[in-house]
Amino acid sequence: MGIAEFSHGDSLIHKLDPRAKISVALIFSVVVAVGRSIPASAAALLFPVILTMLARMSMRSVLSRLAVVNGFVLFVWMFLPFTFKGEALGSLGPLTVYREGVLHCVLITLKSNAIVLCAIALLGTSSVFDLVHALGHMGVPDKLVHLFFFCFRYLQVIHEQYVRLLRAMKIRGFKPRTDMHTYRSYAYLVGMLLVRSFHRSERILTAMKCRGFKGKLYILHHYNMKKSDYVLAASGTLYSAMLLVMV
Amino acid sequence: MIRLRNIRFSYGSRSVLNGVDFSLDRRERVGLVGPNGAGKTTLCQIIMGLQMPDSGEVEIFGKIRRQEKDFEDVRSRIGFLFQDADDQLFCPTVLEDVAFGPLNLGKSPQEAKAIVSETLASLNLQGYEERITYQLSGGEKRLVSLATVLAMEPDILILDEPTTGLDEETTCRLLEILTSSDLTYLIISHDLEFVRQSTNSIVTLRNGVLENAGCREMGEGVTGRAMIAQR
Repeated sequence: MGIAEFSHGDSLIHKLDPRAKISVALIFSVVVAVGRSIPASAAALLFPVILTMLARMSMRSVLSRLAVVNGFVLFVWMFLPFTFKGEALGSLGPLTVYREGVLHCVLITLKSNAIVLCAIALLGTSSVFDLVHALGHMGVPDKLVHLFFFCFRYLQVIHEQYVRLLRAMKIRGFKPRTDMHTYRSYAYLVGMLLVRSFHRSERILTAMKCRGFKGKLYILHHYNMKKSDYVLAASGTLYSAMLLVMV
Repeated sequence: MIRLRNIRFSYGSRSVLNGVDFSLDRRERVGLVGPNGAGKTTLCQIIMGLQMPDSGEVEIFGKIRRQEKDFEDVRSRIGFLFQDADDQLFCPTVLEDVAFGPLNLGKSPQEAKAIVSETLASLNLQGYEERITYQLSGGEKRLVSLATVLAMEPDILILDEPTTGLDEETTCRLLEILTSSDLTYLIISHDLEFVRQSTNSIVTLRNGVLENAGCREMGEGVTGRAMIAQR
C-alpha cells in the first residue's frame, strides 16, 4: 500500500498551511459536487491540474491513483447510457444509447476526477500528522481527530497481519470455495483480526502512557498563515465562486 | 530507586505473583529471567503502574505509589521498551515518534528536535528523522524504539525482551549501547548470553516468587530439562 507517498516534498504546495488546504479542498469539492453543467465541470478540472503541476508530483503515480476512481466511473459508463432514457443517439446491438445518459456520464467523470485530483494535490501533500493537527485547530473534536489518525497509522499493520494470517491458511492447503468451511474460515480470520487489533490498541495506549501521553498529541511543525496560504485560500474560493456562477 | 515489597497479583483465579520482593538501586543492572508466563512482564507493568497489584507496596524514587496519578512522574523517569516495536512506534516518521515523549514532557518543538537528533546520533541512526516508521526493518524498529525511550532521558530503563527477532549484529550493537551507558536498567530476556553480558546480577521469577541466582546456577536453572524436572 502506497499511503502517504506524496506527503514528502518541498514544493510550493507542500509548504502551504494545511488549514488553508483543507478549507479550499472542502469548498471546491462541495461546489463541484453540486454543479450540474458540463462546461463548468470541465473548467473545474483545470484548478486541480494546476495544483498538481505546482506540487511537482510524479504524473505516473497521480494517474494510477486516478485510475482507481475511474474504475468505478467505468461501471457508470456501462449502465447509464443505456438506462437513462431520453433522446436516442443510436444503438449498440440490441441496446439503445441515450443522449442524456451519455451526458450524465461525462458529468460524473469530470466531477469525480476534479474532486479526487484536488484532494490528491492539496491533502495528499501534507503529512497525516499535519492534517490531523489542522483538523483539531479547525474545531473538529479531539476524539474524531485521534480516531482518524490511528486508523491511518494502523491500517498498514492490520493489513500486514491479514496477509500473514491468509498466508498461514494457504500453507495449510486452504482454497476458498463456496461452502461452509470457507465461510467459517473467513469469519475466523476477520474475528481474529478484530481481537488482535483490540489487544494491540490496548498495548499502544499503555506504550503511549509510558511516554507521558495525557490525552493530547503535540505537533512539531507549527504553521503560520503566510502570504502564499492567503493566495491559495483566495484563489480557491474565487475559483469555486466562478464555477458556481457558471452553474 | 525501585523497591517492591510482598507484591501479589492474579489474573482472575490464576495467581501470578505470590509475594515478590524486588529492589533496584542506582547503577544496578539486573536481568530478570524465568519460564514463559511466569509473570515477568506483569512485574514490570506493576512498576510502571500499568497494572495495580492485589496487595503489596510499590516504592519508586523514594515514594509509595498507589494510584494512577502517582505513576505519572514514574513514567516520565522510567523508560519502558515494549516487546513489540509496532506497539511503540505509532507516528508516521521517526522524528515525530522520538519527539513524542519530549513534547509530552513539555519541551518546545525546537528543544525536542535537538533532543531527537542527539539521541539518534548516539544510537548511530543519524539521518533517520524523515524515515517512515512502519517501513523500517525489524532491527531498525527496535533501535528507534530504544531512541524514543532514551529521548526522555530516563533515570531507569526497563527492556522487555529486547533481543527477540534481532540478528547478531544488531544484538551486539544493542549490547554495546547498553553497557557503554551509565544507565540503571532491568532486562527481561530469554537470551541468557545477552543477559549475562549486559547485566551484573540476575534474578529468576518462578512459581510467583523471585529467586536470586548467580550466573552459573541460573544458566542451569532455566534449561529445558531442569524446568521439566521441576514440574
